[in-house]
Amino acid sequence: MRVTFKIWRQDNPKAKGEFRSYDVDGLTKDMSFLEALDQLNENLVLQDEKVIAYEYDCREGICGQCGVFINGRAHGPHDNITTCQLHMRSFTDGDIITVEPWRAKSFPIIKDLVVDRSAFDRIIESGAYISSKTGTAPEANSIPIPKDIADKAMDAAACIGCGACVATCKNSSAVLFTSAKINHLNNLPQGKAEAVRRLEQMTYQMDLEGFGNCSNTGACEIECPEGISIRNIAEMNSSWLRMKLTK
Amino acid sequence: MQNSCFYRILELVKTILNSKVPDGPIEHKWRNYQLKSQLINPANKKKLSVIVVGSGLSGAGTASTLAELGYDIKCFCYQDSARRAHSVAAQGGINAAKNYQHDGDSVYRMFYDTLKGGDFRSREANTYRLAELSAPLIDHFVQQGVPFAREYGGTLVNRSFGGVQVQRTFYARGQTGQQLLLASYSQLYKMIRAKKVELFPRSEMLDLVVIDGKAKGIIVRNLVTGKLERYAADAVVLATGGYSRVFRLSTLAIGCNGSAIWKAHKKGAFFAAPSFTQIHPTALPQSSEAQSKLTLMSESLRNDGRIWVPLKKDDTRKPLDIPEDERDYYLERRYPSFGNLAPRDIASRAAKERIDAGHGVGRLKNAVYLDFKDAIEKFGLDTIKDRYGNLFKMYKKITGIDAYSTPMLISPTAHFSMGGLWVDYELMTTVPGLYAVGECNFSDHGANRLGANSLLQASVDGYFILPNTINNYLADEIKSEQPNIDHPEFEKAEQLAREHISKILAINGSKTVDHFHRELGKIMWQECAMSRTRNGLQNAITEIKKLRDAFWSDVKVTGSENEMNTELEKAYRLADFIELGILMCTDALQRDESCGAHFREEFQTNDGEALRKDEAYSYVSAWEYQNGDFKLHKEELEFEFVKPTVRSYK
Ligand SMILES: Cc1cc2nc3c(=O)[nH]c(=O)nc-3n(C[C@H](O)[C@H](O)[C@H](O)COP(=O)(O)OP(=O)(O)OC[C@H]3O[C@@H](n4cnc5c(N)ncnc54)[C@H](O)[C@@H]3O)c2cc1C
Ligand code: FES
Repeated sequence: MRVTFKIWRQDNPKAKGEFRSYDVDGLTKDMSFLEALDQLNENLVLQDEKVIAYEYDCREGICGQCGVFINGRAHGPHDNITTCQLHMRSFTDGDIITVEPWRAKSFPIIKDLVVDRSAFDRIIESGAYISSKTGTAPEANSIPIPKDIADKAMDAAACIGCGACVATCKNSSAVLFTSAKINHLNNLPQGKAEAVRRLEQMTYQMDLEGFGNCSNTGACEIECPEGISIRNIAEMNSSWLRMKLTK
Repeated sequence: MQNSCFYRILELVKTILNSKVPDGPIEHKWRNYQLKSQLINPANKKKLSVIVVGSGLSGAGTASTLAELGYDIKCFCYQDSARRAHSVAAQGGINAAKNYQHDGDSVYRMFYDTLKGGDFRSREANTYRLAELSAPLIDHFVQQGVPFAREYGGTLVNRSFGGVQVQRTFYARGQTGQQLLLASYSQLYKMIRAKKVELFPRSEMLDLVVIDGKAKGIIVRNLVTGKLERYAADAVVLATGGYSRVFRLSTLAIGCNGSAIWKAHKKGAFFAAPSFTQIHPTALPQSSEAQSKLTLMSESLRNDGRIWVPLKKDDTRKPLDIPEDERDYYLERRYPSFGNLAPRDIASRAAKERIDAGHGVGRLKNAVYLDFKDAIEKFGLDTIKDRYGNLFKMYKKITGIDAYSTPMLISPTAHFSMGGLWVDYELMTTVPGLYAVGECNFSDHGANRLGANSLLQASVDGYFILPNTINNYLADEIKSEQPNIDHPEFEKAEQLAREHISKILAINGSKTVDHFHRELGKIMWQECAMSRTRNGLQNAITEIKKLRDAFWSDVKVTGSENEMNTELEKAYRLADFIELGILMCTDALQRDESCGAHFREEFQTNDGEALRKDEAYSYVSAWEYQNGDFKLHKEELEFEFVKPTVRSYK
């Protein structure tokens, strides 16, 4: 199988980037998309060229480190997968495949396809934890949590922090990411004590990082590898309203 | 020449490695230790600094807990965020002796299972402590918001894992590692906000700095700018995870490396049982030469899935066309009491045996079936979906196949390293002030790790053990001089790291890093994985040495050192893996017995089971680095409380 990759190359944050085309031959349908890029990089080395920088680590859809725009869609042509889970069987011989980094003001490009997503970490830092120290926990079964509540918390907690939601949103909004984390913790009995503070601080930090507003198109839910529901956004918004009204 | 070198290695000089196991009955040892260990007052803790390399369960746990205690912490990881450490990928679960299922579990039973699972090649006192601290760890994670699976009534659910007959595994869907890691990552960020932890992502440790015999700092490469940086502290904790990428194809992340512990080894830390590596029985089979990684299918699937191969050799029929009486459920046949839940080493070897005998299935005939037909008939599709839904989804994403209607194809794959830096009861290495926690140490699992015991070990090392032992060392350090990055040892280490990198870039040969990694992987997989022979290992050592020479004369890396250069990162990690590969084979060669995951074909029973030799090999091998050679030291294992028996799962 032979394809042409049209890839965004940018040497550093300040450089002016551009698309460059590369033909790669000898690929097979079983190869993952990232393995095809690996192959391209090996070819580049042998041609004495610098390799393309792109991100990955686990290559099994859970660490959230990979993520590029492929033919105009975050993580490629399928719904709810990561870039590392995409396989070449999704393309046909002779295809031209355009590959770009996440484009969002809050995710500046570092090099080629690599962006800086530390804004997400700062949102977590602003309140996504339960403030109790190691060694202070009560017996685990002393606070029963009904299955539906635990399941709902798990649904929200499944986020892998890849940033596809932001990258795919026309406003570069991070509300899916932020609301999912807030709902995970605020729904659990252990997280209730800090629920209001968490909501306030995390949404504040989200705005501070320059992420845009949500206009409810639902595009994020489709690209989210974990299929995190946009119901999280509605739930967060209603808690926010409640907070404002009772304050 | 090769022989003389081998005998030089075998010149065993007996050294007393002080394991510092405290006195008393096994159930009191940890308490006795804590009672005698030195304390540091809160005002003094503030003056002490600790470097933690790694942000996985063990690293994040260490860093956040030490910070809560008041120490000044710097934490490093190579990923862009602490949330991506490979602990995130663990699926199946975490063990704890809570006995919630009322099925006869206890701390003692868990201790016994773990010791036996490791084929009696681990230290009793450490293994007991692991079991003892397991129950409070579940309390801890629940309090931090981990959404573990629950019954309708709200209590916690358990399931079984390999090698045990009770249900003690806690889980959060098929994403247990992710949920535990995210809780630890959140706690880490809590302490970053409190300004007690400084985190350095995209930073890779290149060397350890030892001053007057004590660990005092590290040299780090900033992976964005390429700049080499120096960091000093009163103690250094390595929490850098497993080294199974030495096989290239494994269930580990692409960036997982052995470099940090290898550099520490070269600076004096003994490396224990390097050849004890676990091959997991249920990963997705390799499908092409270009493959970069093999995805694990959680062991929990073996709770309900049945493993089989066609009775007939080279059977090309589709699985659904093979009638029941022409299938060989070989684990149920060979191990009737544990069946599909036989421990990993045994299940992997049994799969290899069938595949080698010509019964393998799949396009490359390198796999066996994992079948859910009976479970779906018995419990219904919905229950199976509830239990394993996301694993089936993952299987479909990768293979394009729906495993609810046809069996999964699975195959053994490199997965976990029991071996690692030798540590004593305090988790300190042989370099004073250097600690190792989590998968990168050798402590609790012996020659084979039981499923769901590793998230546990990484977490208790970080949250409960190290924060209670490091004070015993730091209490004296408060009197010594503040570590300083202008010390000549820092200068020297940085200079050597710079030269190492320049040397790689200057080779400008004709082959890529991946080429050499594939070659190393082939040798290691062939000779140092599920079954090993004297001849094979000797050849492997010769071959790896040739590969090392070829790498250093013919590798090609483009780009420069002063920029983000992923090819260069791969190259220096591989250079260390090559050296580690030699030590692994050397270790496997000296152990003339079979135990756990270490199976030497020369030492087996008539029915093909491992033949352990306690009189001669009941020790932990601990290797000292000596200018390119390795000297063996032995920590004799004493079994005071449990009498080692023949490990049987029949
Ligand atoms: C696919 C998979 C599934 C698993 N499932 C289970 C399970 O169900 N139950 C179970 O108990 N165990 C399981 N395990 C094992 C378990 O997940 C690991 O042993 C454990 O999480 C290791 O934690 P750690 O903190 O030691 O290392 P890791 O989580 O791997 O963290 C290593 C850290 O070190 C950093 N690092 C590494 N090298 C350097 C360097 N040179 N410089 C700077 N930083 C560095 C990394 O950035 C990372 O932060 C599984 C393992 C795998 C691979
Ligand atoms: S590489 Fe980890 S999610 Fe893709």
